[in-house]
Amino acid sequence: MASFLELTNISKRFGGVQALADVSLTLEAGEVHCLVGENGSGKSTLIKIISGVQAPESGGHIVIEGREYAHLTPVESTRCGIQVIYQDLSLFPNLTVAENIAVGQHLGGFHGVNWDQIRQVAKKAMERIGVSLDLDAKVSDLSIANRQLVAICRAMAADAKLVIMDEPTASLTRHEVDSLLSLVRDLKRKNICIVFVSHRLDEVLEVAERVTVLRDGKKVGTFDASEMNNRKLGVLMTGKEFHYALSETDLSAQETVLSVRNLGRSGDYAGINLDVRAGEIVGITGLLGSGRTELALSLFGMNPPETGEIRLRGKALALKSNREAIDHGIAYVSEDRLTMGLVLEQPISSNAIVTILDKLARRFNLIPADERSETVDRWVKDLSIKVSNTENPVKTLSGGNQQRVVLAKWMATSPQLLILDSPTVGVDISAKDGIYEIVRGLAAKGVAVILISDEIPEVLYHSHRILIMRNGKITGEFDAHKSSEDELRVAVNA
Amino acid sequence: MPESFARFRRSHEFWLLMVIAALVVFLSIATDSFLTFQNLFDLLTSYAFLGILAAGLLVVLISGGIDISFTATASIAQYVTMLLANRYGLDWFTVFALATTVGIACGAINAVLVDRLNISSIIVTIATLNIFFGLLVFVTGGKYIYSLPDWFSKGIYWFEYIDANEISYGINLQILALVVMFALTWLILNRTNIGRQIYALGGNREAAQRLGFNVFRLNLLVYCYMGLTAGVASLTQAQLAQSVAPTVLVGKELDVLAAVVLGGASLMGGVGTVLGTILGLTLLAVMQNGLILMGVSSYWSQFFVGAVILISVSATALSSRRKRKGAMTA
Repeated sequence: MASFLELTNISKRFGGVQALADVSLTLEAGEVHCLVGENGSGKSTLIKIISGVQAPESGGHIVIEGREYAHLTPVESTRCGIQVIYQDLSLFPNLTVAENIAVGQHLGGFHGVNWDQIRQVAKKAMERIGVSLDLDAKVSDLSIANRQLVAICRAMAADAKLVIMDEPTASLTRHEVDSLLSLVRDLKRKNICIVFVSHRLDEVLEVAERVTVLRDGKKVGTFDASEMNNRKLGVLMTGKEFHYALSETDLSAQETVLSVRNLGRSGDYAGINLDVRAGEIVGITGLLGSGRTELALSLFGMNPPETGEIRLRGKALALKSNREAIDHGIAYVSEDRLTMGLVLEQPISSNAIVTILDKLARRFNLIPADERSETVDRWVKDLSIKVSNTENPVKTLSGGNQQRVVLAKWMATSPQLLILDSPTVGVDISAKDGIYEIVRGLAAKGVAVILISDEIPEVLYHSHRILIMRNGKITGEFDAHKSSEDELRVAVNA
Repeated sequence: MPESFARFRRSHEFWLLMVIAALVVFLSIATDSFLTFQNLFDLLTSYAFLGILAAGLLVVLISGGIDISFTATASIAQYVTMLLANRYGLDWFTVFALATTVGIACGAINAVLVDRLNISSIIVTIATLNIFFGLLVFVTGGKYIYSLPDWFSKGIYWFEYIDANEISYGINLQILALVVMFALTWLILNRTNIGRQIYALGGNREAAQRLGFNVFRLNLLVYCYMGLTAGVASLTQAQLAQSVAPTVLVGKELDVLAAVVLGGASLMGGVGTVLGTILGLTLLAVMQNGLILMGVSSYWSQFFVGAVILISVSATALSSRRKRKGAMTA
């Protein structure tokens, strides 16, 4: 069988950065191919070359169904049947489902619009993949999963032979991911080649036949997915071996920092009992909507419980605001706080102390400069943030180091209890590992940690104890050292 | 079509229609003069200028941009055209061709600046408003043109009808231009691929670019269309006022913006309809007219216009927030 697409010796340089160096890649019709690599490994550049947004340097060859191109234009790429579904889906929220799917009809020179034809094209595309959505619904009214279906239908309407999906599962629930993967298998049966770009390696391996790994703009290799596992891929992507799993420690002698009894809030959760000792990392997992985030917000004073009590080192708390929670030594780092919790244009130092301005403030609310820089320097050192100058804007830091600054910001409040809600969403492996290392270090210093995550390996390998939440209740408790991923997965999806 | 009617009942346009209907009923009862053929005819004639501009601005807002400079554009178009019409004795066709060409040229300047400088369109067009207007006032010395060509002053009166009080009605230049411009705008927005590209551009600029829409050409088209409407509107205003004054149009831009926003267009782009704009303009016109007929000071008129905009925009924002909440729990 001839390959659908062959790339040979593709290189691309942006200024002084070699984004891609001599990468070759073959994609077969009807295969599911995964493209993995850390941020900056060249994945997006490769996609842009395939979709014609960028031209490779001379010396490279692109062969599509036997025809050779030195480089592609976006129009040529589309004509060859190449469709990219970007992470943001590239949909028009203000337009209807039908128009989004058949938007290709609007291309070309000035011409009239045949609305019947647009509906026909959209209907046919939906039939091809067996979905039915309201053609007249506005895309802004759809769920994320349905929006993704619209994007896939659009690719079908354009007669795609190769569909490249960039991080398609990033914002889907487990159930939605499953239906997406089964849809991918359907497309494969129609002899369409699918390229998956994803951070979530376990999902990648579930559906892919081959995996191509990129690192620093070079191709590490293409492997059979059946020979790969999460850990092996991690090593190939980063070139580093990671040691997961906490060592077994006896924490029974430690003081109980957080003690929650019979906590409830109607509609969110009920009958929650939870203890976290100093130095302990308790993982909480469960499906989206299981009440885990609502519980975390309650512990942080932002979603007051209606029944039950929260004790911090034996003292009963009735938190009315997150400000009070912070004053009591509770820190809450959420998914969006990691990505958006920084003022990117502002210096690292200002970002790091923003949570403790009132503690640093002296007379007339002025902040002594020496104390400010002392605090900043201490956290930069403790969290091993690599900076040349703490007065540089945060945006000059790498993603992983930015995340350390967010943690520094909260560590500066010297918390007794740290709540992490999905702290590594959209973060690549090395940066993830950095975050885990810091969290482990904090626990070793006696901070009680609650780690909330969707990803079962994350809670399993980085907690002492794992609690499963479902429909607002804690339905299971697992000892991290005596449990497997499968056991947890069954408990979560039960 | 029960389903499309259900959709319409949930739309912004439906609520506008209800408010206008209530207002019309109220004014018809409260005043003797509101619901007269003469009043409605005058209303239509005098709001044609704002309406034609609203059609142009609607297109700009849908594309995700904004234009503040169109009143200055209209002033220039008016002045240049009437000056040349007086000097060279032009005809209807040439006068319109000239006014729209001047308008389109000013629009093109806006489009190039917005696209090439990559500065937000509100800043660019506030600047060009001042530049256009400043130049016009400097060159003309602020002098009025009082005498217009006879045929222009007479205007047109199709299907003329004279009532018992010897007041004549008919399709005049203002009404004709208003209807033609609304119809043209509707056709472009709903029946051409370029119109749909403009909606798409306003909805998601990056996606439009990725799909291969030519964003610069769309911007050029949108701002030139705004210029074209400014050219047409300026002639209807000159004909109605029977004179050209370089300084009377500038300052009306916020009234036009108010009508379009009342009609449901979003400053974020991608949203807005011709029907909504017509209703927004109607609401504005009926409200201002009603206040005058009821003898309310014109200062209050501005207060009410402001309040109604605020209420309308908050109602839209609230209902869309409720809708989003509903979708999340569903």
